[in-house]
Amino acid sequence: MSSQLSSTPLHAWHKSNGARMAEFAGFEMPIQYDGIVAEHIATRTAAGLFDISHMGRLRFDGPRADQLLDHLLTARATDMKIGQVRYSLMCNEEGGVLDDVLVSCLESPSGKVYFLLVVNAGNHAKIVKWIHPHLADFPDVEYHDVTSQTAMIAVQGPKALEICKPLLPPSALTLGYYRAKVTEQMSKPCVVSRTGYTGEDGFELIVKAEDAPRVWENILMAGRNLGVRAAGLGARDTLRLEAGMPLYGHELDESIDPYRAGLGFACKLADRQFLGRESLSRISQSPLVAKRVGLILDGKRAARQGASVLDADSRTVGTVTSGSFSPTLDRPIAMAYVEPSIAFEQSRLDVDIRGSRVSATIVPLPFYKRPTSK
Amino acid sequence: MSITPDQLRFCESHEWALAQDGIATIGISAFAVAELTDLVFMALPKVGQTVVAGKEFGEVESVKAVSPMYSPVSGEVVEVHDALVNQLEILNSDPYEAGWIMKVKMSDPNELNKLLSWTDYQSQCGGS
Repeated sequence: MSSQLSSTPLHAWHKSNGARMAEFAGFEMPIQYDGIVAEHIATRTAAGLFDISHMGRLRFDGPRADQLLDHLLTARATDMKIGQVRYSLMCNEEGGVLDDVLVSCLESPSGKVYFLLVVNAGNHAKIVKWIHPHLADFPDVEYHDVTSQTAMIAVQGPKALEICKPLLPPSALTLGYYRAKVTEQMSKPCVVSRTGYTGEDGFELIVKAEDAPRVWENILMAGRNLGVRAAGLGARDTLRLEAGMPLYGHELDESIDPYRAGLGFACKLADRQFLGRESLSRISQSPLVAKRVGLILDGKRAARQGASVLDADSRTVGTVTSGSFSPTLDRPIAMAYVEPSIAFEQSRLDVDIRGSRVSATIVPLPFYKRPTSK
Repeated sequence: MSITPDQLRFCESHEWALAQDGIATIGISAFAVAELTDLVFMALPKVGQTVVAGKEFGEVESVKAVSPMYSPVSGEVVEVHDALVNQLEILNSDPYEAGWIMKVKMSDPNELNKLLSWTDYQSQCGGS
């Protein structure tokens, strides 16, 4: 294994617990332990425990931190309340997506309000560079990249809350969806966020790097009779695909605008200026050039990124961005960008899978929605 | 009669061959099945098709990835295990007998000598 790769604070645990490791965004990460399908199903029926420490964590302190973020993000940051989490995009001046992020407004135990930006691992370096020149306009904002001194752990699934019950204070357990707070986990500092990337309920925890192995073991211990299991990036990908969530490098990149991705909701254009606003305003008023759709394929073969989508006349009308076998549906599923003129539910199309044509049907996203909880 | 892996010859790319009367039965190793995990599909050759040693004859697909399968020998495909596609779980329990993939009428049986013995194949898998 290359010595250039970074490792997360849970690396030793993964290695000694049979994880198959692979490079992802410069990190040596667990792709799977016993198998993607088993881990996927455990997350849908009980809970999955994910090491997501590779994601970038950037902290912004100071009275104008909200204004700096408001300038960088497509979502509004200046009206965020303590404890709120928002999904947002960062766009370039052309309106292309640089990254999709979660921004949280938090209060430290000493009463300081600050913002936390969680960015994709693969975009981390690019975003740090992108932010840099704008810091000069906000000299009173303190910016820290806290990625390497912290770890990030996701507990996801219908049993996630029950598993975390003995481990987290009541105020963390009663957080609403897309709410977060700074709290303690076994008397150690911890950011708890009711968010996730699997389509399930659950938490994402940010803890100090040195506390990560203990927190990880505690969760496994607390959930051992409830069916929790460690899950790798393989299952994380099939879970997010079923949940219809975009993945940067697949559904999103700098050549894609938020509107064709169906992420217009994350762009607040009114009464504010931010990077990419002019382009986004123009794009939002123009007809869509493509639309992100879900496909269910006939047969057993999955379409992968780059596969062409064809109409009845063999005309290329789109491209697959992600595809996999869906363990929940027991069918191959995919997301694709297609021409808006054919982007209708139940439309029948073909996908070219390495030379053979397979029939597919456009279905609404997400492919999977969790049963509504109490 | 049951087949044990020491009767087989292996490719570095994890296919196996068992020759009898000029016909080679071809499959993939237990190691390959374990590495791939969660198999969902197999693209098989057709009877009458020509295969070439070291060249792709089909592909096996798991939840996450598609992997080509390479033929250990050259010749004509005389039988294909079509039923396997709908019961890929056989490969987990019995990759060397019930999990056979195709039978090839060999054009050059000497090609078998270029394949690995079970012992050599095992050390390759262990050392990777």
